[in-house]
Amino acid sequence: MSAILDVNDLQTSYGSVNVLAGVSFSVQPGETYAMVGESGSGKTTVIRAIAGLAPAQAGSVKFDGQEIRGLSERAMRPLRKDIAMMFQDPIGSLSPRVTVRNLITEPYRIQGMKEKDIDAEAKRLLALVNLPSHFADRYPYQLSGGQARRVGVARALALEPKLILADEPTAGLDVSVQGELLNLLNDLRDRLGLSMVIITHNLNVVRHIADRMGILYLGRLVEEGSTEAIFDEPRHPYTHCLLSANPEPDPDAQLERIALKGEPPSLLMRPSGCEFRERCPVASDICLQTPKWEVNNDHGLRCLTPR
Amino acid sequence: MIAFLKKYEGLWLFVHSPAAMIAALLAALILLGAVFAPWIALVDPYDLASFSLFDGLLPPAWEDGSNPKYLLGTDDQGRDMISSILYGARLSLVIGLSALTIAAVLGVGLGLAAGYYGGRFDAIVMRIADVQLALPAILTALLIDGIARGILPTAIQQDLRVAVLTLAIALSLWVNFARTARASTFVQMNKEYVQAAIMMGQHPLRVMFVHILPNILGPLLVIMTVDLASAILLEATLSFLGIGLPADSPSLGTLIRIGMQFLLSGEWWILWIPTVFLVVLVVSINILGDFLRDVFNPRLR
Repeated sequence: MSAILDVNDLQTSYGSVNVLAGVSFSVQPGETYAMVGESGSGKTTVIRAIAGLAPAQAGSVKFDGQEIRGLSERAMRPLRKDIAMMFQDPIGSLSPRVTVRNLITEPYRIQGMKEKDIDAEAKRLLALVNLPSHFADRYPYQLSGGQARRVGVARALALEPKLILADEPTAGLDVSVQGELLNLLNDLRDRLGLSMVIITHNLNVVRHIADRMGILYLGRLVEEGSTEAIFDEPRHPYTHCLLSANPEPDPDAQLERIALKGEPPSLLMRPSGCEFRERCPVASDICLQTPKWEVNNDHGLRCLTPR
Repeated sequence: MIAFLKKYEGLWLFVHSPAAMIAALLAALILLGAVFAPWIALVDPYDLASFSLFDGLLPPAWEDGSNPKYLLGTDDQGRDMISSILYGARLSLVIGLSALTIAAVLGVGLGLAAGYYGGRFDAIVMRIADVQLALPAILTALLIDGIARGILPTAIQQDLRVAVLTLAIALSLWVNFARTARASTFVQMNKEYVQAAIMMGQHPLRVMFVHILPNILGPLLVIMTVDLASAILLEATLSFLGIGLPADSPSLGTLIRIGMQFLLSGEWWILWIPTVFLVVLVVSINILGDFLRDVFNPRLR
C-alpha cells in the first residue's frame, strides 16, 4: 500500500532557530497518525509545514506520491481540496463576519463548484456533524467552543478530502464534548476513509483515536510505533515520562510517576549528544554520543539507553 | 428600547455621550444645509443676477443698519453670508469627501496588500509612504498644482481646479490609511481564520477583501472621520493661500481669504462668520472621530 502522506527529513528554521531538525513519518490511507510532544516540541510546525503555512527549508513532503514542499500557492490550489486542516482555536479559525452557511460552503466556491446547491450542501454538512440546520445563519461569535469545532469539522469535510490535518482538535473543549468529537471523527474516518494527522498533548485522545503515533522532542521524533505498542511498551525514557504523567481514571492504579527535570533545552543551544540527556532519568556516559534513528519491528527509536 | 440600545453597544454609548450627540447634530445640520443649499439659500453666489451691490456690506441682523432679510449680513458684493457659507460648505464637503474616498481606496488597498504580502512589496510601499509623510501637505498640493499648470492647457485649467485640489489633498492623506490598514492586517494575518482561508486555497484578493477587510474596518472608520476633518481644513488652507479655488467659486477657505480684506475695516462678519462655521464643522467631525475611536477601542474607555 502506498502512503497518502510521506514526510521525509522535514526541516524548518526561523532564522537560526531550528524548529524542526528532520522529521520523517508516513501515513497510510485510512490511518490516523498522532503526533505527541510537550509545548514547543514543534508539533504544530510539523503540520503547518506540511500544509505550506510554515516554511520548510529542506526535506520532502509527498502527498499521494506528489512532492508538495515548496510549491507555490498557485500550484498548491488544486491539491487544497484533498488536504483539509482543522485549527487549534475553534472560534478563532472561523472568519468573524461570515455566517456558518458561507463558512462551510466556502470551499465549494473556491474550487469553482458553482453548480452545487449551497443551501442544501450547508444542511448536509451540518447534519454530518450533528448540528441543527438553523445554525447556518449564525455567526462564529454566537457559537460555543464545541459548536464552533463542529463547524470547523464540517468545513474540513466539505470537499471530502483525503487527508485531514488536525491541530489540537480537542483543545478548549470540556471532556464530554471531547468524547463526542472524537467519536464523530472516528465515525467519519470509518465512513469516508479519511486519513488524519492529529497533533495533541492529550494522551487519552491518542489512545482513543490513533493507529500510530510519534513522539516529538525538540523538533525530532524520538519514538514512533503503533499506539498499542507505545502505550504498552514505551522504550524511550521521554515517552515513559510522558505516559507516566498521564492521569489515570482508576484511583487504585499504581502509578510510577517520573518527574522530568528542568525545562526543555533552548533550540538556540541544542545539547550535544542525546538531546534529552540532561533531563533523562537513566542517562549515562554513553549518551554523550549522538543516538541514531533505529527501526525495529515497525517501532522506531532514537535512544542509546532504551528500557 | 433599553434592551435594543444595549444590544447595539455603540448606540448605547452614543446616547450617553452628550458631546457626541451635539457634534453629530451639528455635523448633520451642516451636511443637510450643504446638500440642500440650492433650495434653502436666499441667493446663488455663483449667479451675479441674484444679488445686488446695493445690498453690500450689510451687518448681521443684531447690529445697527442691518437688513432683516440677511440674517448674518452680506459681503462687499452684496452676497448673503448664509448663502455663501452654505454653498461654500457644499464645495468644501464635496472636495473633502472625494479626496477622502480616493485616499481611502488607495491607502487601504496598498496597506492591505503590504500587510498581506509583506517582504519587499511592503518595504517599497512603506518607504513611499515615509517620503510622502516627510512632505508637508501644502508642499504636495503646491507640487501637484504646479505640475497641473505646467502640463494642462490653460483653457481647461480653470475647469480642473477642483479635480487638482482634490487629488492634492488625497495624496497627502492616503498614508494614514495605508499605515493603519497595514498594521491591522499584520495582526489579522496571524489569526487562524486567515490561515484557514489561505489553506483552503482562496484567492489573495478574496482573503484580503472578504475576510480581512471587515475585521479592520473599525480603526479605518476612525481614520476616515478624523481625515475628513483634515481634508476640509487642508482645502480651506490651500484656498486661503490662494492655490485652491478662485473667488468666483468660493469654498469656506476662499470665503475666509476674502474676509481677511475686511478684518481691519470694521466689517468683521465677513471674516468671522465663515471662520466660526469652519471651526464648528471641523470640531464636530473630530469629536465624532474621537467617539468612534472610543467605541472601537474598549481599552480607552
